[in-house]
Amino acid sequence: MDLTLSPDELRFRDDLRSWLESSGLEEWRREMAGKKTLEERFAHSRAWQKRVFEGGWAGVAWPKEYGGRGATLLQQAIFLEEMARAQAPPLANVIGIGLVGPTIIACGTEAQKKRYLPGILSGDEIWCQGFSEPGAGSDLAAVNTQARLDADHFVINGHKVWTSFGWVADWNAMLVRTDNQAPKHKGLTYILVDMKSPGVKVRPLRQMTGESEFTEIFFEDVRVPAENVLGKVNGGWNVAISTLMHERNTLGASLHVNFARQFRQLVERGRSLQRNGRPAVEDPLVRQKLGQCYAEMEIFRLTQMRALTKVNESGVPGPEGSILKMFWSEYNQRFQQVASELLGPYAQLTEECAEAPDAGQWAYGFLRARGNTIEAGTSEIQRNIVAQFVLGLPKSY
Amino acid sequence: MRFDLSETQQLLKTSARKFLQQECPMAEVRRIMETQTAYDESMWRQMAGQGWTGILFGEAYGGMGLGMVETAVAMEEMGRALLPGPYLSTVLMAGVALDAAGSREQKKKYLGRICGGQARAGVALQEDDAGWGLESVRLEAVRNGASVKLRGRKQFVMDAGVADFLVVVARLDGDLALAVVEGDGLDVKAAAGLDLTRRLYSVHFNDAAGELLASGPAAEAALRRMLLLATAGLTAEMLGGMQRVMDMTVEYAKTRKQFGKPVGQFQAVQHKCADMLLMVESTRSAAYYAAYALENGLDEAATAVSVAKSYASEAYREVGNHGIQIHGGMGFTWENDVHLYYRRAKATELLFGDAAWHREQIARRVIDQGEAGGSDIR
Repeated sequence: MDLTLSPDELRFRDDLRSWLESSGLEEWRREMAGKKTLEERFAHSRAWQKRVFEGGWAGVAWPKEYGGRGATLLQQAIFLEEMARAQAPPLANVIGIGLVGPTIIACGTEAQKKRYLPGILSGDEIWCQGFSEPGAGSDLAAVNTQARLDADHFVINGHKVWTSFGWVADWNAMLVRTDNQAPKHKGLTYILVDMKSPGVKVRPLRQMTGESEFTEIFFEDVRVPAENVLGKVNGGWNVAISTLMHERNTLGASLHVNFARQFRQLVERGRSLQRNGRPAVEDPLVRQKLGQCYAEMEIFRLTQMRALTKVNESGVPGPEGSILKMFWSEYNQRFQQVASELLGPYAQLTEECAEAPDAGQWAYGFLRARGNTIEAGTSEIQRNIVAQFVLGLPKSY
Repeated sequence: MRFDLSETQQLLKTSARKFLQQECPMAEVRRIMETQTAYDESMWRQMAGQGWTGILFGEAYGGMGLGMVETAVAMEEMGRALLPGPYLSTVLMAGVALDAAGSREQKKKYLGRICGGQARAGVALQEDDAGWGLESVRLEAVRNGASVKLRGRKQFVMDAGVADFLVVVARLDGDLALAVVEGDGLDVKAAAGLDLTRRLYSVHFNDAAGELLASGPAAEAALRRMLLLATAGLTAEMLGGMQRVMDMTVEYAKTRKQFGKPVGQFQAVQHKCADMLLMVESTRSAAYYAAYALENGLDEAATAVSVAKSYASEAYREVGNHGIQIHGGMGFTWENDVHLYYRRAKATELLFGDAAWHREQIARRVIDQGEAGGSDIR
């Protein structure tokens, strides 16, 4: 056990810190705070990604030959943590850099790598991922969007939902059905679809928070060149799963930094708000709940470090990796509830209200956290996966 | 950065497991727990032979000089085996207190015997008011030449029935003091508790003669160190216990059939098993980190210990709840082993501060004192 950074990791972090200092981050952050609409915020984070790309920090864990920095997964985690600590704007092409790019690197042809990877890193081409459908949520292999081969093109018909960045994406990495007779996992194909193709229709999905992070996308006789298939026709399930498993461990690497920031913010609020005639942070019940949140937050950070160590050394996530999603999503819901209890009536004030503490983040956070145990695999599906693949219990369905 | 056991730590763990599987199977646990003191002389001698009784003490006193992470790993395996007897009280409590507070001669005299396996010992800390903090210490020590005389009563003293000597926490002129009592003037009464593998006693001190180890700030520092190391070690022991409960339960769920299927095929059962894994692995993260933080003298070591103990206290009990529930009627029988762990879970929850007590310690550090955590900017 050695939880200090190695000389290489330390140098990596310090290089990044000094680059961040020279990047004019302060200004980027201030401008981001002034952006109100989803479109404005996205445009700003796209410009920021360009800056990060030019600085050589986009795709840190990608191999150098594909424009990345060739860093280890641990260094990638350091990158994500540092960006979160500095409160840098997010990189616009999250899906491209985190999911589609690594999949193309692992399964694509040389021509595909040359064609797509540069645009992902620079942010010139934004990606979304078309997996879920109205009839294929937790049961992802039930994907039923049809792709019929017509000479050298696939003709796609179907309906995708919960597609993040669908409204702005240039490309869509999709899972489609190419064989209706085969067992359901064996008739799927992973294909890259130009969102400007005729027959693609995007509709925003409004969430309970009022925002529209997601879209639903309709495909009507959309023609896609057969050369856009990634991997083998009918081999799409393995393409989709291999990198998803791998990436799940690093995508959450910066979450604990945000959790800690919110925890500190809440404690500060608790110093001025009153409970039974004294500051809320002196109330025994509030202290109990904050103490519990702190413990869980620390445990999440530590388990994440164990999972990273495992993946970094063996390339295979250990049992600790599989519980992370369950842990943080359920933690965040508990934490948001504790925040509400501490803030009292202030907890409900939204960003439109000038009196709202921390620009309405608590009212928003309370609602947004509800999605955490659903998105990217429900808690129930995560428990099924743990039971079956980690504990070796028999398949339940 | 590497958060995993090193090769040698892993080796230690494997050999500890092998040793305990051989020397302390459940049949042996049950035999020993039926005895008056839950202590077995030959088992103790064998453990001393492994070096466990001196695991974290200097070679000058016959110890192995290993670190807290190694100690935690060994204790994890002891917890897994539900090893009965006075290891925690002798090594992690009395041993650590002596190591921190004793003079060279005192260490030779007392710690040396612990390392060599010749003596069992305990620490008399808590009193009638059941407080876990040092503010509850009231037992009076009076100077008597070079030594002290002790008068009063201690409660919940672990393994006093087999201890060759006790380290007693007392007040000397109002200050905290530590003294060793060996011999007359003690009235030791068994206090039958839930955990049959680790016995509690109430101890009356009737002007018992004690050898002073330290008083004032030195005694307080030694006590705090003992409490941190013992709590971290205990948390690792709890980890091993809950891991074993989970393993037994998952195994049972794979073989027990109802409605023509293994019960482990039903999601209601699967999800409980997944929750057990979540609690076990979360405890592992916290317990190993607490040991690491102590070994490396990190500023947040005390907070790390409280994080681990507050979490483990509820997790062990809850893993036990799930374990018994999934075992069904069998889980409620005396012959099934899960209840023996469940008893240990409750007893350990109440040792060195329960979950709520440790949450308050966390609040004092991170809220009142503004202590920075691993996720904060440094």
